[in-house]
Amino acid sequence: MALEESSRLQNIKDKLEYRAKIMDGIRAFFNSEGFLEIDTPLRVPAVAPEQFIHPYTSEGWFLSTSPELQMKRLLSAGYQRIFQVCHCFRRDEHGRHHNPEFTMLEWYRAGADYRRIISDTENLVLSLAAKQGYGNVLPYQGKSIDLSLPWPRLNVRQVYLEWAGWDPFIDFDGQRFDDDLVDKIIPRFPDDRPVVILDYPRECAALARLKPGGTPVAERAEVFIAGLEIANGYSELTDPLEQEKRFRSEMAEMLKNGLPTVWPEKFIEAVKTLPECTGIALGVDRLVMLLTDSPRIDDVIAFPSDRL
Amino acid sequence: MNIEEVSKNTKLLIDNTPFSVETVEFVKPGKGRAIYKFRLRNLFSGNVLDITYHSGDKVEETSITLHEMQYLFQENDNYIFMDSSTFEQTPMTKTQIGEKGGFLKEGTPVVIMMWEGRPIDIQLPKTVELKVLETEASLKGATITAQMKEGKLETGVKIGVPAFIKDGDVIKVDTRSGTYIERVGSK
Repeated sequence: MALEESSRLQNIKDKLEYRAKIMDGIRAFFNSEGFLEIDTPLRVPAVAPEQFIHPYTSEGWFLSTSPELQMKRLLSAGYQRIFQVCHCFRRDEHGRHHNPEFTMLEWYRAGADYRRIISDTENLVLSLAAKQGYGNVLPYQGKSIDLSLPWPRLNVRQVYLEWAGWDPFIDFDGQRFDDDLVDKIIPRFPDDRPVVILDYPRECAALARLKPGGTPVAERAEVFIAGLEIANGYSELTDPLEQEKRFRSEMAEMLKNGLPTVWPEKFIEAVKTLPECTGIALGVDRLVMLLTDSPRIDDVIAFPSDRL
Repeated sequence: MNIEEVSKNTKLLIDNTPFSVETVEFVKPGKGRAIYKFRLRNLFSGNVLDITYHSGDKVEETSITLHEMQYLFQENDNYIFMDSSTFEQTPMTKTQIGEKGGFLKEGTPVVIMMWEGRPIDIQLPKTVELKVLETEASLKGATITAQMKEGKLETGVKIGVPAFIKDGDVIKVDTRSGTYIERVGSK
């Protein structure tokens, strides 16, 4: 074994030990909340068509970009509370906070909405920090993050009006929305508190439902800690016609850009019986970064993609 | 080339000017567009340019070639180099050479970066040996912190040299820091 590799793996051993404890903590948390652990396939015939999430192909199928479609099929069959920790694959995503193969924690609750799933997230992170021996205060990269509940909620429209100077609910501009999030919104978040931003323009809804009453507001929430995007949750869209319409329009854009896409037929069929539910996806590697005070995702993964 | 393929040290052509990619920062909101923040160095002026691209953008790659050459002589405001394999001569201006001119003497081997037949940068050997033309004979009232004195070298550049160096000594100089390394010979 090359000396450089051996010494790197020795150096991150502490972090990998913490990582294993965090995985135990995640399972303990969901078991105590009455969730069933699920294990869906990593290689699938179709992934959710999303313009900006690109799958790897595998012999005509795809490596899963998210377990969402299969987990929702379980909800449609009557499962009430399910969770899963699995690897997801997203092509070309490589950077300080990205590895093209990463670990996702995803969980769903039937009969609840996004407010409930955000409060699950708060409780989970707090319980994991406690297991690491931190109280309500998490040290990260020289800062102290106060985890006490509830975490501040910020409204998407308000933060864009205040910090980016425009209203994304009027004349939505997707590229400007993403650029401003990175350059103007996230840098303004308090660095000593987690932040939940919620209620997105309908164009950013993806698989979230709109607020009742014909409003253009999607019930989507995202959790940021120390500027890291940690989790993205929805009150799930349960209207099969609306779901079909959104996927068709995503696929049209993807076809224009020459991206491979396959219609997720079984999922669309299952949405017909999908109960009211909420779900969230949380980046486990980033959570481990936070809980082990690591600046880079590569610090908490034994074999990042460029070291394989 | 697709923006996803760009990495550190890729050479890009933007508005007819070659740039070298110094750093790439990848950021991406989970559901949103991939954003690539590049820090580029203009290979003509050396200026730094920060620029942001998005997934789907395309850029033009350009190639830079390296040529082993030898410094021949100075002519007006140009330094003249000769390609060691083709014997073709290439001039570079004083502005392009900058402070590196102080370490060029006849015959010095160098590597010249060329873009579309034009020289854009020069790499000197890590060290060069140069003769000391003039330096004070001895140092009066030398203290521990003032061990160095000024020495003028055959190329005209002045650097700090130890007290024992005499006119006519040949010394080895670090071309990146412009500092004295050791004495290698004397008259």
